Amino acid sequence: MAKVPVQFRLNGSDRAAFADPADNLLTVLRRGLNDFGPKYGCGQGTCGTCSVLIDGELRLACLTLAASCEGASIETVSGMADGPSLHPLQNAFMEHFAAQCGFCTPGMLTAAKALLDRNPNPGREDVIDAIAGNICRCTGYEPIIQAILAAARTLPAQRRS
Amino acid sequence: MPLALRVAQSLSEAAGILAADPRVTLLSGGTLVMRDVNEGRLTDGTLLRVTDPAWRQMQVSGSRIELGAAVTMAAILANRELAFLHAAARAVGGPAIRNMATIGGNLFAGTPYGDFAVALLALDAQVMVLAGYGSARAVPLEEFLAGRARGESRLVAGIQFNRPVAPGDFRFLKVSRVKPKGLSVLSIAAHLPGSGSRIGQARVAYGAMAPLPFRARGVERALEGKALDAAGIAAARAAALEGVQPVTDAIASDWYRREVLPVHLGRLLAERG
Repeated sequence: MAKVPVQFRLNGSDRAAFADPADNLLTVLRRGLNDFGPKYGCGQGTCGTCSVLIDGELRLACLTLAASCEGASIETVSGMADGPSLHPLQNAFMEHFAAQCGFCTPGMLTAAKALLDRNPNPGREDVIDAIAGNICRCTGYEPIIQAILAAARTLPAQRRS
Repeated sequence: MPLALRVAQSLSEAAGILAADPRVTLLSGGTLVMRDVNEGRLTDGTLLRVTDPAWRQMQVSGSRIELGAAVTMAAILANRELAFLHAAARAVGGPAIRNMATIGGNLFAGTPYGDFAVALLALDAQVMVLAGYGSARAVPLEEFLAGRARGESRLVAGIQFNRPVAPGDFRFLKVSRVKPKGLSVLSIAAHLPGSGSRIGQARVAYGAMAPLPFRARGVERALEGKALDAAGIAAARAAALEGVQPVTDAIASDWYRREVLPVHLGRLLAERG
């Protein structure tokens, strides 16, 4: 079966890969482009750990046909930090012990970023809704909710600077 | 032979490709088809993508609403004209799934998925179907679902239905054990024209109470000409279980679904419109 070429922007860089026609985006990111940030969890849209932003919209990389991403702009958890400076969400996840085994963390951070990008001042219910598609089996969710709310409180100051 | 991929620029081209080869699977939002690929249930044949912008169009301003089949749940939620459908759209998945899952795809979701189709069934929706090259034909959703169960393969171009006259005439409820995102114990949609006084032409549909979403015709008859008072609601509850064949799955037993359905139906009807 002939491979299909796919080109898109990944965390601000132009990238290209050859994919099998039915490959999902997660396979291309991990095997083709060595971006191991998003994880393969369930493969059925239940767990959310493969969450990425495609043209700013939260999507599941394992259910996205890679070939449909031609020309898109894709952001993964790997692009959240700016060099050595962590994203406020990443700092808040550390400070609030929001990561334990860490497997859900890429999806949680990405879903949280999708929320804060569109609503910099979310309430608790907004946060719960935003991470409703992400399963965590360690923390019981409360530290994650607290971390996202804390990150939101630090954001406006950073955005002013 | 691994899966191949074809891209159709237009809906009619896609319908022609689908009609010509039974091994072609149409890909919409991907939440059902890519899952089958990932789990090894779909391993050969051809995936078909459609890039026709008409597939995502929405006509929502008038009394007749026309939605392209590739309109996503998120697009429904972003549209204030469709506020009456927001509860049904929110019943589907989490935020990422709602950015992907389409209203056309929901018609192909097996129980306990497919809650949005339940809402469309209570709205007497017409499915615009393309079977090969040619123009789209309107098929009542109930008939379409029965055809799908028989394995008919047709392209859904769009979905049309009338806007409820009063917002309180349309009601939707999904019962799940995990909130805010969980599989359906059951879902109920009710379109109750005249809910402020006497109901005429009620439409009530259930999800997860049979292998397919289905119309609760007993409840519809029981509500005809009635008010939503204690007597009307009691009559509806008494007819609630007519025709149900719920399954036992990891979410609930068939016994439990039968027990709780009349209770939830009564609560939905008692809501202030």
